Amino acid sequence: MNGDRSALVRRGTIASIAMLIVFLVAWEWGPGLLKIPPYIVPPLSATWNEFLRMWGVAALPWHTGVTAFEVLIGFLLGSLLGALIGYALGMSPTAEFALSPYILALQIAPKVAFAPLFILWMGFTIYPKILVAILIVFFPVMVNVLTAVRGVDPDLINLARSFKATRSQIFWKIEFPASLPPLFAGLRIGSTLAVIGVVVGELVGGNSGLGYLLSFGEGQGNTAMVFVTIIMLTIVGGIAYLLVILAELRVLHYLPKRAAGGI
Amino acid sequence: MKRLEYRKVTMRFAGAKGTTFTAIEDVDFSVGDGEVVSLIGPSGCGKSTLLNIGSGLYSPSVGDAFVDGERVAGPNEHVAFMLQKDLLLPWRTIEQNVLLGTEIRHLNPADSRRKARELLQAFKLGEFAERYPHQLSGGMRQRAALARTLAVDPSVLLLDEPFSAVDAQTRIMLQHDLAQTLTKARKTALLITHDLLEAVILSDRVLVMSKRPGRIIDEIIIDIPGRDQPLQRRRDPKVAGYIARLMDKLDIGEHEAQTSAQKEPA
Repeated sequence: MNGDRSALVRRGTIASIAMLIVFLVAWEWGPGLLKIPPYIVPPLSATWNEFLRMWGVAALPWHTGVTAFEVLIGFLLGSLLGALIGYALGMSPTAEFALSPYILALQIAPKVAFAPLFILWMGFTIYPKILVAILIVFFPVMVNVLTAVRGVDPDLINLARSFKATRSQIFWKIEFPASLPPLFAGLRIGSTLAVIGVVVGELVGGNSGLGYLLSFGEGQGNTAMVFVTIIMLTIVGGIAYLLVILAELRVLHYLPKRAAGGI
Repeated sequence: MKRLEYRKVTMRFAGAKGTTFTAIEDVDFSVGDGEVVSLIGPSGCGKSTLLNIGSGLYSPSVGDAFVDGERVAGPNEHVAFMLQKDLLLPWRTIEQNVLLGTEIRHLNPADSRRKARELLQAFKLGEFAERYPHQLSGGMRQRAALARTLAVDPSVLLLDEPFSAVDAQTRIMLQHDLAQTLTKARKTALLITHDLLEAVILSDRVLVMSKRPGRIIDEIIIDIPGRDQPLQRRRDPKVAGYIARLMDKLDIGEHEAQTSAQKEPA
């Protein structure tokens, strides 16, 4: 069993690295061979040079930091709010019934469409970006927590009740721990959505963050700059996702081992 | 002394479209100190309802249940129940699971821990105390659930088909463990089962319920020695006679379909 697993990991890793090399080679020499001009697809080396230039001249670290900060704050507040409301609604069927049409409407509404509105309200600051992130992270977290609390086996609740558990003991000993795996599933989704929310906010208005660099690069016709920015955004999202996974591995250590990396 | 008593208990539930149906009607029996009584009857006859009333989770529409002479007005410390599902919490180790009831009731942690260790040892789970439920077999999990039930030291155990989800060989071992434990600890138990043989070999007395609305229609006193030795009791020639009588009372063989046609209300 274990032998199979490690063989799979080894073969899979080799295949992954091979694909990366093929991709990088194709990126560097493909455009030249296919006669694609650099303003459509700048080769790897040109993109790397643009990265070095932006690092020094275009304050890339600062813009990346701004975006990362907005993602972090938006994600934390959005998930906190989503979890709190999820638990509250999970424990109050009446409140859920009353609020469900509005929740559904808000869930269907494309959250990024609120970005211009928030900028009208709060100006070209970091706040509208954080707010879009909060809004977009909120739903997957809330829905997962709500479903989890609702889905707790009623026999488990009865077991606790038969031991004379109070409402708060039922919550802390049964419902809350039972909701953690779905909560983390929601947080994973939320961590990637937070980046989308922030970038849309930055694209719409302001003069900082990677979203701003994206629209700046576009305005300049600097394709390599857009490429670099997309890569930086992916790295920011990847780190956010990785942090959630690391927290999940610590908190949900009792779960049977899943696929490597748990992705 | 009567440990558990049902006095003229009737339970009605609201059905679909404002109708009500009667799950159990006029049920009247008691279980004495240290006695093990099995309750047997067709699916949907309200056996589990009786158990929920005994544990204080439901209050009956008519009549009362008494435990240790006290009227059951809600969950109370005299009773603990165990279901077909082990209901072990996956985020707790086996020992922490066994301690769940003691924590909820704020019993002394050191005493509870010692007691949990003893129970786990007795159930051959000593070396699995720090494992998580998913690392244990079905039979071990069910033994852990029994340990959790006993850890709060109830005077009455309510057991709802505790072994119906495990394989036949494991069930025989679990029946043996249960019989030994109940006798040693001098616990009183009400056992719900579908398994006629299980009812006969584990009990002092078997009560037969009718189909819905459930009433007690027969009482059979099991006159076989050695209630703590179900493996030996199983071989006793009287067993066949008791089972024949139970099958007769339950109309098994005449319309088998009935026993599986209805689902028990939750």
